[in-house]
Amino acid sequence: MGSAAIELKNITKTFGTIVANKDVNLTVNRGEILSILGENGSGKTTLMNMISGIYFPDHGSIYIDGQEVVIRSPKDAFQYKIGMIHQHFKLVDVFSAAENIVLGLQEKEGFNLKHSAERIRKISLQYGFDIDPMKKIYEMSISEKQTVEIIKVLYRGADILILDEPTAVLTPQETQKLFTVLRRMRDDGKAIIIITHKLHEVLALSDRVTVLRKGEYVGTVNTKETNESQLTEMMVGKKVSLNIERSECENQVQRLEVKHLDCINREGVKVLNDICFNLSSGEILGVAGIAGSGQRELLEAIAGLQHLNGGEILYNNPATNQIDNLRGRTPLQIREMGVRLSFVPEDRLGMGLVANMDIVDNMMLRSYRKGKSFFLERKAPKNLAEQIIEQLEVVTPDAHTPVRRLSGGNVQKVLVGREIAAAPTVLMVAYPVRGLDINSSYLIYNLLNEQKKKGVAVIFVGEDLDVLMELCDRIMVIGSGRITGTVDARTTTKEEIGLLMTKSDRGEDNE
Amino acid sequence: MSKKETTVREPYFHIVKRTSIPWWKAWTIRILAVVAALVVSGLITVLLTGEDPFKVYGTMIGGSFGTPRRIWGMAQNLAMLLCVSLAVTPAFKMKFWNIGAEGQVLIGALATTACMIKLGDSLPTPVLFAVMIVSSIICAGIWAMIPAYCRAKWNTNETLFTLMMNYIAIQLVSYFSYEWSVPKGSGQIGVINSASQAGWMPAILGKPYLANILIVAVLTVLMYIYLNYSKQGYEIQIVGESENTARYIGLNIKKVIIRTMLLSGALCGIAGLLLVSGTDHTLTRNLAGGRGFTAIMVAWLAKFNPFYMILTSFLIVFLQKGATEISTIFALNNSFSDIITGIIIFFIIGSEFFVNYSIKFRENAKEDAK
Repeated sequence: MGSAAIELKNITKTFGTIVANKDVNLTVNRGEILSILGENGSGKTTLMNMISGIYFPDHGSIYIDGQEVVIRSPKDAFQYKIGMIHQHFKLVDVFSAAENIVLGLQEKEGFNLKHSAERIRKISLQYGFDIDPMKKIYEMSISEKQTVEIIKVLYRGADILILDEPTAVLTPQETQKLFTVLRRMRDDGKAIIIITHKLHEVLALSDRVTVLRKGEYVGTVNTKETNESQLTEMMVGKKVSLNIERSECENQVQRLEVKHLDCINREGVKVLNDICFNLSSGEILGVAGIAGSGQRELLEAIAGLQHLNGGEILYNNPATNQIDNLRGRTPLQIREMGVRLSFVPEDRLGMGLVANMDIVDNMMLRSYRKGKSFFLERKAPKNLAEQIIEQLEVVTPDAHTPVRRLSGGNVQKVLVGREIAAAPTVLMVAYPVRGLDINSSYLIYNLLNEQKKKGVAVIFVGEDLDVLMELCDRIMVIGSGRITGTVDARTTTKEEIGLLMTKSDRGEDNE
Repeated sequence: MSKKETTVREPYFHIVKRTSIPWWKAWTIRILAVVAALVVSGLITVLLTGEDPFKVYGTMIGGSFGTPRRIWGMAQNLAMLLCVSLAVTPAFKMKFWNIGAEGQVLIGALATTACMIKLGDSLPTPVLFAVMIVSSIICAGIWAMIPAYCRAKWNTNETLFTLMMNYIAIQLVSYFSYEWSVPKGSGQIGVINSASQAGWMPAILGKPYLANILIVAVLTVLMYIYLNYSKQGYEIQIVGESENTARYIGLNIKKVIIRTMLLSGALCGIAGLLLVSGTDHTLTRNLAGGRGFTAIMVAWLAKFNPFYMILTSFLIVFLQKGATEISTIFALNNSFSDIITGIIIFFIIGSEFFVNYSIKFRENAKEDAK
């Protein structure tokens, strides 16, 4: 292990009354991978943004190679050879990889794409990247785009690399590939910081782990000397049981039968391709797949929000024992048919809730039409709001606080609370724990399990395969809008799901 | 490296978004902004004209409040601006950029004028008023609905569409000004029914404008209730905040857009009616007097709260009246009053920045500043 590449001393940063970082100390050596672990909102990204010059600390100092430095802008950070790979890629779609990489650089020898491409190939070879410098960004998969981002900072000569949640969008296989590359960079003497909240990745990849909790520095441990439960305890501040109780399915009745769904989006791309599956009451059906494989369109199609080019959605109504076809109906018509369908969309504040409205007004989004009165009835929604605040322990000043002021976890509790309060027979949730802390995540898992026990048919679209395998009964994998396989969650492996996730891509290449 | 360290300094200050601000602090900032605006425009006055700024402000206040007649005039102007502001509010709250209020007011006024000229002498007063009200509301409502329908149906750009409709409305008024001009061919309609006063808004307690003011006051309260307590007002807010949410709950967005613009236009129609029947008793191309545009500013400044709009429209009307007064009394040209109005509005809008953000100076700023 080499010398300290970067050292932070007593870094503090506040936003208004919110303390994002308080007296954080951190050291990264050359030739090591340091994980920064913490729940959402614990200040990981803020801290890294201060190293990369996006924010400026209120207090504290930063040392690079033992020298105190002032990083005022991303340009300064670049001078100190710090490169950050953000969670959201910042690439120009119509440019090639090489063009994106040299964009904004002023090279002494002038702009020479061939020369740049040669350098890119050299870097790729050195660390084992697999990239064609002339390929356009819009033709690339997410993992290829990420590779471009990494090469971009390497090309600029960075030897301190910061990766913000790099595995969030990758399949298990792609993650493994990334880890291999990162290990090679470490062996090359680079200092690497990786921000994450996935424990098994921390254990698999890093040399040391620094844990933050609510903006405060908790401690740093050597990965070899720690384990999952210790890290969780450091992250949360108390012991948490990490087991999801999965009950057996009981009294299964077929609730939903989806037949041959086809959907072509505005760009003419087939986003859903001959989707067929059954869903029974009292089960949780997981949906796995690379982000953007048609998960959103599938849920929106069932909810009546997506125009379909073919197929049927048959609902077995337990109240009437009739089979209704939901295709081509609006959400309002679906409701009027007596279908109790609840939907927690991926975009919570932009779709499930109205950010500027208070909790009470958000409660009645689905139900305000009831009754013939011209005026709104706010009494029942207010009671519901107060009930949800109490039962789900929503942290809010009162029921009249705009939901945009709530933290991510509390926003989700409000949304899930409302959807469950409608006593659904089918409940669809998309990425329900994204951005949530561990406690809130487990609260959501428990709520879903409770619904399952009540006989609700649950569709769970998730990204964390470990969770899908622990929570669901069956897992349906989709790739490029096509079902590539359905597996039993109790017996499957991550590798099996990972293979299914990428299967359809290859299938299309053969066509 | 060491060279760089001396040149690279911590930023002198940075801007931080406030999470919340107590109401008194927000209002202190706003009042300070008005004071600062008065000081700056005072300085400009002295520099440009050499007049005593206090005298200038005195004249401004005198221009609006000097005599009972002026107070009534101002109240009536305030009421009319407020009425148009109320009209544009539902559309803007829905994020439908209706800049065609000017034209909608004119169409309402045109309909009223037509009723007064053609039916004024043949119908009993209550019936005449009923016909006037209905026709002005329907005509202006339809005028506003045309762009809304096209937006809902073909996703046309409502800003351009409503703007263009203004010019059509102005040309229609010009045409009818010739058609109905007295004497024929003069292009001026002149005072309508000056002898019979048929279709004139009756004076209440001997005050000719009181009826207008009362009607607008009632409309203000109704609009507040509509926006905050009715299902339709709730739907407007949903569509305005997030069309995706509207889709998610199965709201018929097209219907809401058309319905809201119908309401917006109808209120503009009432404003047109009040202008012709209550104050001007005639129709000219300049009847709306730019209120259709000023109203947008009034509504935004008040954050679409009808009661705050009383305050913001008062401010605008007061500034306009006062500024005109200055230019006449001190024999300055109109541009000078525009300068003062501009400065004051700039400060008021600018103060909202400080309500939403705070500026943090570097802690050791003083030491480094030298």
